[in-house]
Amino acid sequence: MNHSISLTVNGARRDFVLDDPRVTLLDLLRERLHLTGTKKGCDRGQCGACTILVDGKRINSCLALAVSHDGADILTIEGIARGDQLHPVQAAFIAHDGFQCGFCTPGQIMSAIGMMQEAKAGNDPERIRECMSGNLCRCGAYAGIVDAVLEAQAGVDGSNQRRSA
Amino acid sequence: MKQFDYVRPATVAEAVAAAAQPGAVYLAAGTNLLDLMKGNISRPDLLVDVTHLDGLDGIERLADGSLRIGALVSNADLAHDAEFAKAYPAVAEALLSGASAQLRNAATVGGNLLQRTRCAYFYDTASRCNKREPGSGCDARDGENRTHAVLGWSESCIATHPSDFCVPLVALDAIVEIEGKNGRREIALDELHRLPGNTPERESALEPGDLIVAVRLPPAARGFAPHARYLKVRERTSYAFAIVSAAAALRVENGKIAEARLALGGVAAKPWRARAAEEVLSGSAPTADAFQEAASCALADAKPSGDNSYKIELARRIVVRALTLAAAGTPARIPALPASPFASTSGAMHA
Repeated sequence: MNHSISLTVNGARRDFVLDDPRVTLLDLLRERLHLTGTKKGCDRGQCGACTILVDGKRINSCLALAVSHDGADILTIEGIARGDQLHPVQAAFIAHDGFQCGFCTPGQIMSAIGMMQEAKAGNDPERIRECMSGNLCRCGAYAGIVDAVLEAQAGVDGSNQRRSA
Repeated sequence: MKQFDYVRPATVAEAVAAAAQPGAVYLAAGTNLLDLMKGNISRPDLLVDVTHLDGLDGIERLADGSLRIGALVSNADLAHDAEFAKAYPAVAEALLSGASAQLRNAATVGGNLLQRTRCAYFYDTASRCNKREPGSGCDARDGENRTHAVLGWSESCIATHPSDFCVPLVALDAIVEIEGKNGRREIALDELHRLPGNTPERESALEPGDLIVAVRLPPAARGFAPHARYLKVRERTSYAFAIVSAAAALRVENGKIAEARLALGGVAAKPWRARAAEEVLSGSAPTADAFQEAASCALADAKPSGDNSYKIELARRIVVRALTLAAAGTPARIPALPASPFASTSGAMHA
């Protein structure tokens, strides 16, 4: 049986006919939309490389059936820059060497964006490490990742202050 | 992954009818189920998707002072609900000590209760496992069993229930609301999970088609808020299942313990309520001696199921520590490393 679903992916509405309900959001993004920035690491919810935002919240796209997410609003790593202007978290990862091989980086960045929207960690490095523990980096770039998140968070805090001043 | 059919019922009644069919299972977030299906451990014929059902995602305070949590509320939304975290701090701390932020954003209340064991032999389809294939045997018995059960296990199965959330819930007398073929009923959470005995494949009191629709905390549960903690020992500080955990909640009046609640995680096939230990504490002063006695009492029936006798002494120490932290008072804010005995901020206490 075919299942019709529609998603908003990086701001654009996309319609799909699924001839098999087994397809995950991760495979849909990679195989049907060729948005290969979202990585398939463990494919079992353990590494975080497949992190995307669904309705504003970070989840593991490898453990989400596409058919169950009809109507969802999805943001992937391909949708965060404005043209050539990097998202502040992307820029901070470059500034602080928050990666080595880069495979986990899209998931790290999407997770960091999701975490900053959740606003539970603030600028406390210990809370940031805890809130980012769902993203593994086998190169061990964690020190740079935490520094990048701290800088991006400082940018958010600064613009909030400017806004309220 | 085996092929399956997929339905998205419009009502709870339709869902129950669909899921009562042989080979049918409910799909909520799928964070555990999809993993099991990818590994061919679960091979359902039909997925009944309940995520679009109305009315199952609310947190509601009832007139009698109970709290009713819809089965589809996410672990993160519940833990971060300010009123919830204030009234039931040990439950919020347990939720935040489990899994990762991504998984907590997806995983649901109902799904957390019904998650399966992480026993490696259950997950390895080349191994014998009475839970996965009844009658096939248990390779964990003579295998790598450091993390397996020390209470309530049987020769058939030594697996543990992995939930953190269930541990403080069972301590606080949580009630599970179930919709089934014969209508609505409710049972104590303590009655939901079964010990393995000779039928480890039967993990809960649920019948085919039964859908958990809500979890309720009775009015008395919020009376423990000033002295409630969850403590969890893991092999890494974050994003790992408990080796041993404990939820401790005290009602302190005039310097004495008027009432105590204690439950352990990671030690049995169900969240383990330690009622005898609670009796020991009731009416006593919150002293180290009383906590030691309660811990001994909680583990009195424990026996190793393999290379895990260390878990018995570890559980005693975690009970003492959780009670000590609870007596000291619930912190104003959940620690940076929830439930960690090794946190660099409040909560750290190195023996």
